[in-house]
Amino acid sequence: MIRVELSKLLRSRRTWTTIALIDALPTLVGVLLAVTDLGPRPGEGPAFLSAVLTDGTLFPLAALAIVLPLFLPIAVSVTAGEAIAGEAAAGTLRYVLVRPVGRLRLLVAKLVAAMAFVVLTVLVVAATAYVVGVALLGDQSVQVVGSTSVSGTSLSTPELVGRTFLALGYAMLCMLGVAAIALFLSTVASSSLGAALGTMSIFVGSSLLLTLDASEAIRDYLPTRYWLAFVDLFRDPILWRDLQAGVILQVAYVAVFFAAAWANFATKDVTD
Amino acid sequence: MSRDTAIRTQGLTKYFGRFEAVSDLSLDVREGDVYGFLGANGSGKTTTVRMLLGLVLATSGEIEVLGRPMPRSGREVLPHVGSMIEGPAAYAHLSGRANLTLFDAMAPRSRRTGRKDRVEETLDRVGLGGVDERPVKNYSLGMRQRLGLAAALLRKPRLLVLDEPTNGLDPQGIRDIRALLLELNADGTTVFVSSHLLAEIEQLCTRVGVLDRGRMVVQEELAVLRAPTGRILLGTPDPDAAIAQLDRLGRSVEQHDGRRLAVRAADAAELNAELVRAGIGVDELSVERRSLEDVVLAATSAGNDTFARPPRAVQDAS
Repeated sequence: MIRVELSKLLRSRRTWTTIALIDALPTLVGVLLAVTDLGPRPGEGPAFLSAVLTDGTLFPLAALAIVLPLFLPIAVSVTAGEAIAGEAAAGTLRYVLVRPVGRLRLLVAKLVAAMAFVVLTVLVVAATAYVVGVALLGDQSVQVVGSTSVSGTSLSTPELVGRTFLALGYAMLCMLGVAAIALFLSTVASSSLGAALGTMSIFVGSSLLLTLDASEAIRDYLPTRYWLAFVDLFRDPILWRDLQAGVILQVAYVAVFFAAAWANFATKDVTD
Repeated sequence: MSRDTAIRTQGLTKYFGRFEAVSDLSLDVREGDVYGFLGANGSGKTTTVRMLLGLVLATSGEIEVLGRPMPRSGREVLPHVGSMIEGPAAYAHLSGRANLTLFDAMAPRSRRTGRKDRVEETLDRVGLGGVDERPVKNYSLGMRQRLGLAAALLRKPRLLVLDEPTNGLDPQGIRDIRALLLELNADGTTVFVSSHLLAEIEQLCTRVGVLDRGRMVVQEELAVLRAPTGRILLGTPDPDAAIAQLDRLGRSVEQHDGRRLAVRAADAAELNAELVRAGIGVDELSVERRSLEDVVLAATSAGNDTFARPPRAVQDAS
């Protein structure tokens, strides 16, 4: 079933359109930076963006930092929100279940497909950003070896590659959290739009609450609390505290919402 | 009558909230049957079909499909069941071929070897063998219906459960499907068809169950339901003379409508001979049988999608 879901994902024109649109923003940012040479000052604007003018190879990270807070979660909400509700609305859910595809197996396959979408998007974004970064940016670079960490020290290339993969993994875990929430809502809502919007409102609401001093007591449990903690991977030494908390929090969100999705879907009457 | 049962339910009941959609239903479908499941729209047919396939969970009662309990044994049973429930559905942006390939791949333990042949063979079977690669969203209603049937036939099921299979088909399409179902049945497939089209069931089925407001009101062999009523219908150019002659012979004429008479008699040939001997022409002669429509209308109440306001006293009591 997982293979079937993946093949559906890859064959859908919408998948590729979405990825292209997501990819367009960081590319545009890269081109603008290259043309104007006007970077944000260090500490302002999206993470890493101030560094890319001196080192184009950092642009993939900057691109991810641009995409992660908003675009990627929206795309994941839409993809995972469609998982069950979309099949139900198209009428194909009943035919999938009588093949038979077990309900738990279907949920797992849908979650895997959503993650495959994230991986695909992240890879495309990172690859395009690398090309853009190397080709257009970093021409002011006077550096000989390695890149600059956020803390100002130098990072060797293997170190940088390793940390980049860790960062990608962390970002994907955050998106898995979003996908789990969307999947649960998809088993509850009768329209995929409802599930997607519900998920988006959860992380928009969470981001809003994070800016509020009054929400101090619950902020460490909000789903978006540690989303951007992957920046800490590029400090020297790595600042693990927020990353660890973020991993635990996301794993908890995935577990709770996936369990809820299964509990709801396992005994649901499929009447569409 | 010692054939194995294909579908058996006992006391099957389903509530949606406080609404009782299916009530104490006992289905009995045997292997080799072409079973017609009749009922007006909203009488609970589709809910029953969905319960048989494990899509809707029964509130109470037992279901056995191909000798195994459902929905518990769905993994073993459903691969042998092909179904079409409330119209076909497919992934609209993909071609019919791609859809069948996906559906084939979904089934547990489905093998990749021979998948292409299975798909092509099934497409041929439903008359879509020559279809191009256009996406399903550009299919006509009839083509979708055929594709849905193809998806049901993909794994050569022992039991076919079809809900309104001829919906949206033109007369030729209906004839094609009927011929296909009879051919499959001749090869040993049990066919369970639900429909509100009496004529369709009458031409296809060997056994009939009639559902009314969630309850089974009739379940019988079609041949028994359609047994002769004991009357002969005849047409004659000279009805008055015929009535007089029949009176003389002591036969009772029960209906008289212009030049057509309904006469109580067992043997049409004998009746014909009597009249002809008396010089009375007979140009129409048939044994009267109850039509399925008569049976169903006698057994069911008003349509299930009419909701007449109950008298106020009753409303207060409930």
